[in-house]
Amino acid sequence: MTVHLAILPILIPLVGGLLMLLPPFAGVERYQYRRVAALFLMLAQIGCSIILMLMVVQNGAIMYAVGDWQPPFGIILYADQLSVMLVALTSFLGLGVTLYSFAGSDREGKYFHPLVQFQLLGIYGAFLTNDLFNLFVFFEVLLIASYTLLIHGGGKQKTAANVHYVILNLIGSSLFLFALGTLYGITGTLNIADMSQRVAQLSESNQLIAQAGGSLLLIVFGLKAAMLPLHFWLPRTYAAASAPVAALFAIMTKVGVYCIFRVYTVIFGDQAGDLANMIQPWVWPLAILTVIAGTVGALASTNLRTLAGNLVIVSVGTLLIAFALRTPEATAAAFLYLIHSTLVTAALFLIADMLGQQRGKALDYFVVARKIKQQGLLGVLFVVAAMAVAGLPPFSGFLAKLVILQSVTGVEQKIWVWSVILISSLITIITLSRAGTTLFWRSTPSRDASETPGVSKWQLCATFLLLGASPLLTIFGASIIEYTNNAAAQLHDIPYLIEVMNLEGNAQ
Amino acid sequence: METLYVICVGVLTFCGVFLCLRARTFSVVVGLTMLSYAVNLFLFSSGRLNLKDAAILGMSDSYADPLPQALTLTAIVIGFAMIAFVVILAMRARADLGNDFVDGRQPPDSDKFIKPNKDKV
Repeated sequence: MTVHLAILPILIPLVGGLLMLLPPFAGVERYQYRRVAALFLMLAQIGCSIILMLMVVQNGAIMYAVGDWQPPFGIILYADQLSVMLVALTSFLGLGVTLYSFAGSDREGKYFHPLVQFQLLGIYGAFLTNDLFNLFVFFEVLLIASYTLLIHGGGKQKTAANVHYVILNLIGSSLFLFALGTLYGITGTLNIADMSQRVAQLSESNQLIAQAGGSLLLIVFGLKAAMLPLHFWLPRTYAAASAPVAALFAIMTKVGVYCIFRVYTVIFGDQAGDLANMIQPWVWPLAILTVIAGTVGALASTNLRTLAGNLVIVSVGTLLIAFALRTPEATAAAFLYLIHSTLVTAALFLIADMLGQQRGKALDYFVVARKIKQQGLLGVLFVVAAMAVAGLPPFSGFLAKLVILQSVTGVEQKIWVWSVILISSLITIITLSRAGTTLFWRSTPSRDASETPGVSKWQLCATFLLLGASPLLTIFGASIIEYTNNAAAQLHDIPYLIEVMNLEGNAQ
Repeated sequence: METLYVICVGVLTFCGVFLCLRARTFSVVVGLTMLSYAVNLFLFSSGRLNLKDAAILGMSDSYADPLPQALTLTAIVIGFAMIAFVVILAMRARADLGNDFVDGRQPPDSDKFIKPNKDKV
């Protein structure tokens, strides 16, 4: 059993999601069955990912050869500290999303819970695989689930946003395959660890082709991660999606960021000879511009969901800045920020939805509208989320941003990173306080609000779960920073990866 | 053979990219289809082009790389499913939004470029 633990996070949602399509779970009126099953599956995934995490911390990274085809030929799953951390984060987010959907948004269509499971399956797979073509396959799995989840519930706005999203991602998939064909044609392998050995030994003319393939991959991952100039689809898409789906999508951009970290550290990292860190001169200015674009977008947002979407772009830019620094310390800081920003932006989408439910037709737009029924409760939640996003103590945003700022070395880099991150945090505080003032205090003389439904217990439970992680990240900050430090060191330690894969002496 | 192959892939990619940049969903769907054809051919060529080489051991003196064939097969299946999805989505968008523009609304100056066909009612 423990031998197969590394593939369990992929198998549980796959089998579970398929079973949910069959009786007794199928059928519109059987939604209670599906809820119980979904809850059970999420708990199983969390338990499995925690056991996996403990095993990886104790015994080191796990290599799992699917079908026992040994590397470099078979498809390899590779669970190191970074992968299992992200798997655990995803399962935790999945639990929050599932709980929130119990309030009613899962009844807009009968396939909501199976689709969430397939989405999670794709995300886990993308985090765990160590094979570039397999990564493409898992990308497609998570994408087709996300296409259908995005349009779940129907409506003009969702359809219009979905057309853009689907077409862009299909073009992205084509580019992904072009890049894979190029890299395979040159290196003769798709295993990430094996490729990292071979890239260093390429002849000069082949290096150029590998560089072209590697740069194409950056476009693909940049599109997933919403890196400037490929970020225009994000705010509209996230604003159109229903709240639990938008919250689940908070991890999707991080999949792109993770792939950038993995591929450009392991394959085109320090050991890649002439191709070492080849995309760093591109990512560095793009990351800073992404933060600026997200911040400007946040200032211009007219509703809370679009604002949260733009804050996702800011978080992606911040992560890419930390990537562009290319030190294990900065990578470790980025991982801490990744955990924090995923959970908090997801919570912000949920809060926007709960606010919208109590403001009638005004939804979460920043206009004068009727008074919110549960002003105190939602106000506290909003303030906590806003403080965490903006990076005010005592919440996790402060700690994460502080660690990123500390990891910057070199005067010139300090000037750029410190000014960009700090100014963008200031503007975030301004936009969020402006948003909060309008949403909570500028209300028309209240009519009788007794008919407005209050927040359901599931919604509250999910939001508490996601937001509660923020102070916990601060309280257990020391041990989490230690963990991310180890994860970053393991990611940068390519000889260790080669050793786990039994690939020593394989390269000629 | 290589030249012919390269020209085919290049022309398909060019047409695909050109069509993807059009404003209406039909041309975009055709463009995506062409792009996926180009990708499949390109992936196939990543194992080098050779004639008369078997992919099975013991059948000939020299072997073709079997992996690109497997990759192409996977890419065809996935590409086909995705195109099917986007066709359905385009039809849904036509019904929901009342037009077939990718942006979901008719551009204000579109009359200049698209002549209304008065013969058919």
